[in-house]
Amino acid sequence: MTVRRLADEQPASFDFTPENRAWCDAQIAKYPQGRQASAVIPLLWKAQAQHDYWLPKPAIEKVAEILDMPYIRVLEIATFYSMFNLAPVGKHFIQLCGTTPCMLRGAEDIKKVCEEKIGPQRQVRADGKFSWLEVECLGACCNAPMVQINDDYYEDLTPTNFARLIDDLAAGRPVHIGSQSGRVGSEPSGGLTSLKSLYGLDGVSGPGSVAAKNQD
Amino acid sequence: MLQDKDRIFTNLYGLGDRGLKGAMARGAWDGTKGLLEKGKDWIISEMKASGLRGRGGAGFPTGLKWSFMPKPDPARPSYLVVNADESEPGTCKDREIMRNDPHLLVEGCMIASFAMGAHAAYIYIRGEYIAERDALQRAVDEAYAARLIGKDNINGWPFDLYVHHGAGAYICGEETALLESLEGKKGMPRMKPPFPANMGLYGCPTTVNNVESIAVAPTILRRGAAWFSSFGAPNNVGTKLFCISGHVNRPCNVEEAMSIPFRELIERHCGGVRGGWDNLMAVIPGGSSVRCVPAEQIIDCPMDFDSLSKLRSGLGTAAVIVMDKSTDIVRAIARLSYFYKHESCGQCTPCREGTGWMYRVLNRMAEGRAQKREIDMLLEVSKQIEGHTICALGDAAAWPVQGLITHFRGEIEKRIDQYAANPHSDPVRVAAE
Repeated sequence: MTVRRLADEQPASFDFTPENRAWCDAQIAKYPQGRQASAVIPLLWKAQAQHDYWLPKPAIEKVAEILDMPYIRVLEIATFYSMFNLAPVGKHFIQLCGTTPCMLRGAEDIKKVCEEKIGPQRQVRADGKFSWLEVECLGACCNAPMVQINDDYYEDLTPTNFARLIDDLAAGRPVHIGSQSGRVGSEPSGGLTSLKSLYGLDGVSGPGSVAAKNQD
Repeated sequence: MLQDKDRIFTNLYGLGDRGLKGAMARGAWDGTKGLLEKGKDWIISEMKASGLRGRGGAGFPTGLKWSFMPKPDPARPSYLVVNADESEPGTCKDREIMRNDPHLLVEGCMIASFAMGAHAAYIYIRGEYIAERDALQRAVDEAYAARLIGKDNINGWPFDLYVHHGAGAYICGEETALLESLEGKKGMPRMKPPFPANMGLYGCPTTVNNVESIAVAPTILRRGAAWFSSFGAPNNVGTKLFCISGHVNRPCNVEEAMSIPFRELIERHCGGVRGGWDNLMAVIPGGSSVRCVPAEQIIDCPMDFDSLSKLRSGLGTAAVIVMDKSTDIVRAIARLSYFYKHESCGQCTPCREGTGWMYRVLNRMAEGRAQKREIDMLLEVSKQIEGHTICALGDAAAWPVQGLITHFRGEIEKRIDQYAANPHSDPVRVAAE
């Protein structure tokens, strides 16, 4: 349970772009007739994505209107689910996993980097580029510690490579999404221990690997 | 040791082609129509015979669950809902299935829906898994385009599959909370009974299954129940994805046979415990919700439901969190308590108030700023939370704390002594705040 309230300063109005509105209608069509309320989370999420990653009051009202739901029911959803940001966030919004599996692998050192480079939690850095938040388990525990920046996961972090990642993002340089230590997914680093007959010991030289397929 | 030919998730690490063509080359969608033609009774009896127990944590037999669905009624259509809201700390296996081997899941949805007479299925994926959601949606689109699923498909069972997502709430992994959320409400668990098989999504008969349980079904049916049940110990059979995190040399996901001894699992796939076996302190063997087990008890324990429950812990989701002797175990468990405080939906008083209370007391204990009699009080309060809530989140919050007190009481007492031995300006408060 956390206390979550709407931001003090709110924009005057909100409307979906025509493309997003069409996308909303396609979402509503997934659910049986009269069950359009099921689409409330996807619609709020789209509204947030359209509105610089935070959800203003007019957007909540707009979604209520589209789905023919009472405003309070949609407000309830927006305050219950933690992925809805109710106040402005940085251009790169960092969600840092701090739960025990990440903590055991050094999430607290990553937190220090955030504090040094960005400042306290929930505060947008003066240049508007970053803000950060400690969140609960993001489900990438075999690649801990990790953060999610906007939509993407960045895994296998160390204070050094994470500081570099922040600098690269700030400067607009291209960054590598996923593991920062060269792993493809959640395989053990330094050589496979299973599925070797398909992908070779190194994961790329076997008959089933993408590299082998590309050679055919 | 499980051989590659017996592994179900052959693209677990994303090293091969993730698309439909690659999946078919690895054996997905092979003879699906033939499986459906054998009839729903055959599928359900084969699933029962395979001994598959649900992979979402509770370990309920999957075939039995499917058989609970009532006869089809046009006024109340049946639904399959796949629980892909993977948020249990330590667990990251469904993510790999959805982004790397999604066609196994899509095919499994088709077969399971057929077996329970459902023409529509929803996959509820956690909101944070954005890339995984896209990967899964791509697989669904590919299956539609190839007419493997859809109203008029080549497998002969009209079937629609939809991907739905949440927005960051651990509680939505509880099946009735998931259904509430899917209906567009706050994820607050429902009272049971009625069970979802009678009154589930939109008041219709619904079965909720974990991603892994559904994704293994097609391979089990293709290769036979006897093949699947040949791995592991009796009543704990099959292959299982283990997620090993924490203080091992090389953390990874791996598919292994059930009942593999802990030592073998870690030695073979993770390069051993950091600092050697003598450095092992404790293990949480099944995701944050189960009690931790001290090193000497776990080292040679088979990793399965029954062996771990004998240690008063559990296999859960097979998320193995390893802690070496450098771990501040009181703080590690206090952090889990914070997790449950954060994720409690607030519906039941024992959980809403109790999770926060336990966190505050544990946090003081981590510093040593507590009284020894508060340890027993904490244990007592945890037992008042356990079993007194609508869903199992209350239990899940209580068990890690109970595990800590049972096995590491001395650690807490040591801190209290150390704190008391040093002069401090602030008075030691007692628990009732």
